[in-house]
Amino acid sequence: MPEATAPTDDGSGVQIDLISGERMDGLASMEKIRIILDGVHDGNIVILEEGLTPDEESRLIEVTMSEIDPDGFNGIEIETYPQNDARDKSLLGRLMGQEDTAKLTVIGPANQIETLHKDETLISALVSRK
Amino acid sequence: MGLLTGLKASITRATDRLFSEQDPKRIGIYGPPNAGKTTLANRIARDWTGDAVGPESHIPHETRRARRKEDVEIERNGKSVTIDVVDTPGVTTKVDYEEFLDFDMEEDDAVRRSREATEGVAEAMHWLREDVDGVIYVLDSTEDPFTQVNTMLIGIIESRDLPVLIFGNKIDLEESNIQRVSSAFPQHETVPLSALEGENMDEVYDKIAEYFG
Ligand SMILES: Nc1nc2c(ncn2[C@@H]2O[C@H](COP(=O)(O)OP(=O)(O)OP(=O)(O)O)[C@@H](O)[C@H]2O)c(=O)[nH]1
Ligand SMILES: [Mg+2]
Repeated sequence: MPEATAPTDDGSGVQIDLISGERMDGLASMEKIRIILDGVHDGNIVILEEGLTPDEESRLIEVTMSEIDPDGFNGIEIETYPQNDARDKSLLGRLMGQEDTAKLTVIGPANQIETLHKDETLISALVSRK
Repeated sequence: MGLLTGLKASITRATDRLFSEQDPKRIGIYGPPNAGKTTLANRIARDWTGDAVGPESHIPHETRRARRKEDVEIERNGKSVTIDVVDTPGVTTKVDYEEFLDFDMEEDDAVRRSREATEGVAEAMHWLREDVDGVIYVLDSTEDPFTQVNTMLIGIIESRDLPVLIFGNKIDLEESNIQRVSSAFPQHETVPLSALEGENMDEVYDKIAEYFG
């Protein structure tokens, strides 16, 4: 996979990765989770244009837990917009594999995100530098 | 999920259910840390089997291993339903051991508690994907229900087509706001209760029998 050249990090800023749905589309669940957690481990804020399926979210929590280390990484903050709305998912739609994942998702390292707020139309994050 | 795998998964699930009809259903008690899951599990177990499931505590992540109480037979209106009750560790996306130091815990113990807590949450997620037939989702009704963890967990439960009841716990406290809980998840039934004081347990058992019987 071609890597975008990230701006050099001199430790003075916070990197934000906005990942398009297109880039995530062809990836297996574990690859998506790896991309997210690798970014977060580096102290980045990861924004997914299209979010994860419920099953991927459950694995994200599981893998996050397995990587928490009292000496360093202490987990993630995550917010999605719009909220998952299962009422709109028809059984047929689900059988056809049309999981409604078009939800903007913001994920960051818990120890750097001081507040992550959401209302109906806005996600707001206050991020501290490393 | 592709068409075929999707279909296969739902057929497997449907046949699993058919064949396990006689086995007691495994009901997972899920929810954020400190909501009162163990207090509820203990009350259910004590009411119908005479003994408890595990320790309760005001310190978050008291439960760090899923614990199962088998063959809990609940009698309702002359009929009886038998379930296995699984008390799970509170789900979260972050654990900071320093949080435990505020509870007068030694650093070693706090680090150990944090390690066990993260393993426990991972295990709880695993149970949710593989091993439960229904979910009681417990919330502390004095707290804001509109959290990302609650939204994600309910979404995960719905995507697996598991029957779910929302329990708004701690109604004995003045700050309890049941309206807020039911408006957070209008697509599901919310049952108010106090697991600690035993308030509204009749409705709790009626609903358990109705949803999981
Ligand atoms: N006032 C009040 N307190 C309650 C009620 N239910 C539980 N508690 C208290 O809430 C705290 C947490 O209860 P637990 O049952 O240990 O909570 P839990 O959800 O199992 O927590 P974890 O295992 O850490 O995820 C304890 O101090 C309980 O006594 C209730 O109905 N009313
Ligand atoms: Mg507990």
